[in-house]
Amino acid sequence: MSKGSPISPSLMAAKSPGAPKAPERADRTAEHAAVVADLAAVSPVLGPNNVVPPTVMTGSQAIVRSLEELGVDDIFGLPGGAILPTYDPLMASTMNHVLVRHEQGAGHAAQGYAMVTGRVGVCIATSGPGATNLVTAIMDAHMDSVPLVAITGQVSSGVIGTDAFQEADIVGITMPITKHSFLVTDPNDIPHVMAEAFHLASTGRPGPVLVDVAKDAQVGQMTFSWPPRIDLPGYRPVTRGHNKQVREAAKLIAAATKPVLYVGGGVVKAHASAELRALAEATGAPVVTTLMAKGAFPDSHPQHVGMPGMHGTVSAVTALQQSDLLITLGARFDDRVTGVLKTFAPHAKVIHADIDPAEISKNRTADVPIVGSVKEIIPELTEAVRAQFEAAGTPDLTTWWAFLNNLKETYPLGFTEPEDGLTAPQKVIERIGALTGPEGIYVAGVGQHQMWAAQFIKYERPHAWLNSGGAGTMGYAVPAAMGAKVGEPDRVVWAIDGDGCFQMTNQELATCAINKIPIKVAVINNSSLGMVRQWQTLFYEGRYSNTDLNTGHDTVRIPDFVKLGEAYGCASFRCERDEDIDATIQKALEINDRPVVIDFVVSPNSMVWPMVPAGVSNDQIQVARNMTPDWE
Amino acid sequence: MSRHTLSVLVEDKPGVLTRVASLFARRAFNINSLAVGPTEVTGISRMTVVVDADGELIEQVTKQLNKLVNVIKIVELTSESSVQRDHILVKVRADAATRLQVTQAADLFRASVVDVSTDSVVIEAAGHPEKLTALLSVLEPFGIREIVQSGTLAVGRGSRSMSDRALRSA
Repeated sequence: MSKGSPISPSLMAAKSPGAPKAPERADRTAEHAAVVADLAAVSPVLGPNNVVPPTVMTGSQAIVRSLEELGVDDIFGLPGGAILPTYDPLMASTMNHVLVRHEQGAGHAAQGYAMVTGRVGVCIATSGPGATNLVTAIMDAHMDSVPLVAITGQVSSGVIGTDAFQEADIVGITMPITKHSFLVTDPNDIPHVMAEAFHLASTGRPGPVLVDVAKDAQVGQMTFSWPPRIDLPGYRPVTRGHNKQVREAAKLIAAATKPVLYVGGGVVKAHASAELRALAEATGAPVVTTLMAKGAFPDSHPQHVGMPGMHGTVSAVTALQQSDLLITLGARFDDRVTGVLKTFAPHAKVIHADIDPAEISKNRTADVPIVGSVKEIIPELTEAVRAQFEAAGTPDLTTWWAFLNNLKETYPLGFTEPEDGLTAPQKVIERIGALTGPEGIYVAGVGQHQMWAAQFIKYERPHAWLNSGGAGTMGYAVPAAMGAKVGEPDRVVWAIDGDGCFQMTNQELATCAINKIPIKVAVINNSSLGMVRQWQTLFYEGRYSNTDLNTGHDTVRIPDFVKLGEAYGCASFRCERDEDIDATIQKALEINDRPVVIDFVVSPNSMVWPMVPAGVSNDQIQVARNMTPDWE
Repeated sequence: MSRHTLSVLVEDKPGVLTRVASLFARRAFNINSLAVGPTEVTGISRMTVVVDADGELIEQVTKQLNKLVNVIKIVELTSESSVQRDHILVKVRADAATRLQVTQAADLFRASVVDVSTDSVVIEAAGHPEKLTALLSVLEPFGIREIVQSGTLAVGRGSRSMSDRALRSA
């Protein structure tokens, strides 16, 4: 029960001054981030590990200098009293600080930035309400394992605990939703705390780390030197899978007749898509990618059978239900995937590879647990599988594939035209994906439009699909898209948002317009809190309690999204007819000097199908209302 | 539900007790008792946590505890391989007529009287939780005024030290 294997002392020691330096990280590609992650395994201090001899400076200068030394290029934040000292040296820094309009926007922007680049996202806020406004984004990052460092100002250490102006115990508030947190009251702690925060956020299972810095620690004098010594005796993430377990897994794969690769967001976080593809092709097994893993395996690949879960495809949900072996890679048996847990994949043995030991056997007991990074485990598993197939023969999956291909053909994703004559929201989203292509980045809010964006846009590469999966945070899309665009300025970034979500965080359009961050926002305006309304339709006899937002067809249209977009300096259009969809999207794609807002007025009656109603087995999946598939 | 005793080495940093306690609350784990104090190593504290949990759940408890960055090492101490002691102070009604009976009862449990007044005594006892329960049931008829009890303390039997290996690798 002791913690993993002891890490070698060289990994924990500070890097010696003579050690070779990591290259500068001007390149922002995901590949590059993976390389940087490998370098981080050599020195736990992120960044080039420049040697800085002892220099006297203030704590706030040390915060800025630490961020620079850690290789940070972009920061999202909003100043206030308790963080004011740090904003002064920040003005002179080469780092790009994006001034947001609400701290939640800074948090989600840092998440979006981290999701597309694989680098640590950084957000800054002041004490009290500034810090509590970050809470939703921190929780979101915790649920979806996003590497995030949140820096907050705190009142001076002498008045902590006195209910001082704008005092909030943000370390206490965020304790259950951070990977770790620090309260800094001595400026000399700043360099090592910053390096530790970035190390914790970016290694192992990534997650949010909070650094709360008292005002007197920012103002006080300290002696800065770099790289600092990282001292985290209780933190030893295991990355290498156990050999014996990998061989056991290969044996199960060789013996299975209905295997499925159940792929989660961990594969995206580990930059292991290429490795996954090799494993998939070596095994010949069908692949399902969860909501967090869209793009980890190309949608167009013949072995891809879709997204599992509450709104998954019939082929993906059934593949899991009927499987005799789940090869689980960086996924966590979330309730939205499993439905009623005890009825989930009842005949399957489970191989579970995850970097977080606590995920293994948390919800579903694993027959073969493998703790480690999927980046290292998958290639080893591929090798072991090849060896096993050579020794014991390649399993015959013909019957399994015939069954699944039949489901894929019989129950493809689709939608019906709404009876009210208004545009089908699915059509708008499908056209955005088709006209933009797989090189674009798609960021969704939460609700029906999120599910349609997961279903009807074709994802061919990782880091192209961002959403709030675990937390389900309405309002994620606009700020996260903003962060994604800062991280990947050369890609087209779409926020696919709902009319409900959009009204939660659209103030960041000002940030986008002023800072020349030309995102494109497609408001899928069905004039209601659509997913809630869908449940009311299905489970509450159509009693639409408090879900009508009055933004769509035949309503007062408050707010008018076109006027709102224009007020924020965005190119703004409204599209209400099927025949205008393509032209409107094309117009948006041609504008790159400012953000674009499109109000796509769609039917409020379209629903997300397929659906597994809450509280029943995945076997009860419905392809349309009260219609379950024919299982032969 | 079975009872498990976990010995947890943690960094002696502000908020560690909160982190452990809030983890139990957050994950709906059931703490029976928790005791914390310094160890033979400067900067390292040791917690003894008694948890009621079944097989799979206790595994989840230790995994979640291990995720806390300030937690260095966790060992489960079984009743056979460890010494486990609770510490108790009991204030019992005892006047001139009953004092002798009360102190004799305390003697039987190798408990000691640490305070005496005209109508009460305070008895201090240490031992396995079952022994303390037995002591309380003997004292009950005299009238128990107050009970103060510590969490369980536990240490493995034999010469091995839990902190040796954990801290060498750190």
